[in-house]
Amino acid sequence: MLSTDQRDPAALPRLLLTLLGLALLWPGLHLSELDPGVLLQAENRQQMAGFVSAFWPPAHDAGFLDLLLTATVQTLAVATAGMSLALLLAVPASLLASRALSLRAASSAGRLGPWSRAARLPVRGVLIFLRSVPEIVWALLFVRAVGLGPTAGVLAIAITYSGMLGKVYAEIFESVDQRPAHALLQAGSSRLSAFLYGTLPEAASEVVSYTVYRWECAVRASVVMGFVGAGGLGQQIDLSMRMFAGAEVASMLLTFLLLVVLADLLSRFLRGRLA
Amino acid sequence: MNRVINGLVIVAVLAAVLASFAYLELDLAAVVGSGGPAQMGEYAARFLHPDLSLAHLRAVGQGALETLAMSGMGTLLAMLLGMVLALPAAGRFGWSLQGASRLLLNALRAIPELVWAALTVLAAGLGPNAGTLALALHTAGVLGRLFAEALENAPPEPAAAIRLQGGSQVVAFCFGTLPNLWPQLLAYSLYRWENNIRMASVLGFVGAGGLGQMLYATLSLFQEAQASTVIIAMLVLVLLVDALSDVLRQRFVRA
Repeated sequence: MLSTDQRDPAALPRLLLTLLGLALLWPGLHLSELDPGVLLQAENRQQMAGFVSAFWPPAHDAGFLDLLLTATVQTLAVATAGMSLALLLAVPASLLASRALSLRAASSAGRLGPWSRAARLPVRGVLIFLRSVPEIVWALLFVRAVGLGPTAGVLAIAITYSGMLGKVYAEIFESVDQRPAHALLQAGSSRLSAFLYGTLPEAASEVVSYTVYRWECAVRASVVMGFVGAGGLGQQIDLSMRMFAGAEVASMLLTFLLLVVLADLLSRFLRGRLA
Repeated sequence: MNRVINGLVIVAVLAAVLASFAYLELDLAAVVGSGGPAQMGEYAARFLHPDLSLAHLRAVGQGALETLAMSGMGTLLAMLLGMVLALPAAGRFGWSLQGASRLLLNALRAIPELVWAALTVLAAGLGPNAGTLALALHTAGVLGRLFAEALENAPPEPAAAIRLQGGSQVVAFCFGTLPNLWPQLLAYSLYRWENNIRMASVLGFVGAGGLGQMLYATLSLFQEAQASTVIIAMLVLVLLVDALSDVLRQRFVRA
């Protein structure tokens, strides 16, 4: 006869792990001054309620819609221009950083010597540096350097995304079948034609689909970068929020959502077409 | 025919690129043209001497701890909130709750962290509390959706076996479903934590505490030496969290 056992065999370790976790979290709780109760205090609640109740109806007078359209087009233009500048930098950098075009690897069954590794380190280091500073920090720096407006946003996207694209392209080139390129290299073709005829045909669809996906990210990033003064929709959201203009914030958030959805659809279409 | 359409698409993309440059009237001439590079170089050179005085390092250390705490607590809070929302979103409590919680998750996820932070700063005042709440709200949307998908894909047999033996719903969930699910939930949460440490260090731009607030303040005062220390601290923090979450992942998440 089976008897039910109410004991949980893993109770003690779980209890100890939980206690350890709590002991580690206590200082974190202190440092982050976490207190969701603040949101429920009468005064703050009133303020929030006043702000949020102004959300409906969203602002839709002609002058504001005009402004909204300009800001949206600017956001899209910043993302597109930033991506194209990023590509200018990322493509040569990925060719320099990728191990796919190593002559040494072509003649020794794909293994790299220490020198061919070392020669690629500087470019890889630069790419790591470019992408590890968040784009919004670059935007903040460029706003100081070139002034408020979309130029700062374009440069910030160009810099961060060239780091990301360069790295990912280099890895894509390494991940496809290396034999065509190696054969071409060993038969004496130049590296560029080995790349164009040996690597690119296989890598192209992945490269295109990643680029389009990144463009979609760039649209979102360019909205967010507006918060530090890099133009576009984000800057307008920031301004309206500071003026407590709830109705304007609401229609801009709706526009933002619409923009993200549209960018998603467009990128799906482009990927289906080109990739 | 297909080729023609593809060609048209490529032409349209190129036209869009050219139109963007034309529309923005970018002042690239000023950036690369006369005197521009020299000015930029001078500006950049001021970042080459980070301020390593003890007082400033202490302040940056405090800011880094604050940022770390913000990202950690934000992610944990989001795990709790995400789990609470994921249960109905996976269809455990009927379709009406499922629709409502999915809508809520989508709304939480669609608004970027920085916009949430601007809102919570209005509601909860300046400081890390606002940043933590902003991170928690956005991340709850992301994790909730991921958790709900994981819940839907979890094998139902272990929980069903416990139910058939007479265990209650809660026991079946805790001992039948959760043990299988737990590594996946942890993997998602660690991934979001890595994201959140990056976000936490920039949420300060809208006044939500941590390193971002210091960076914004120092740059506004044109203290490039101090700002450069803050940027270095951000990079170190990000690398540290990536390494830590890698360790946790290898220890607790079976591949």
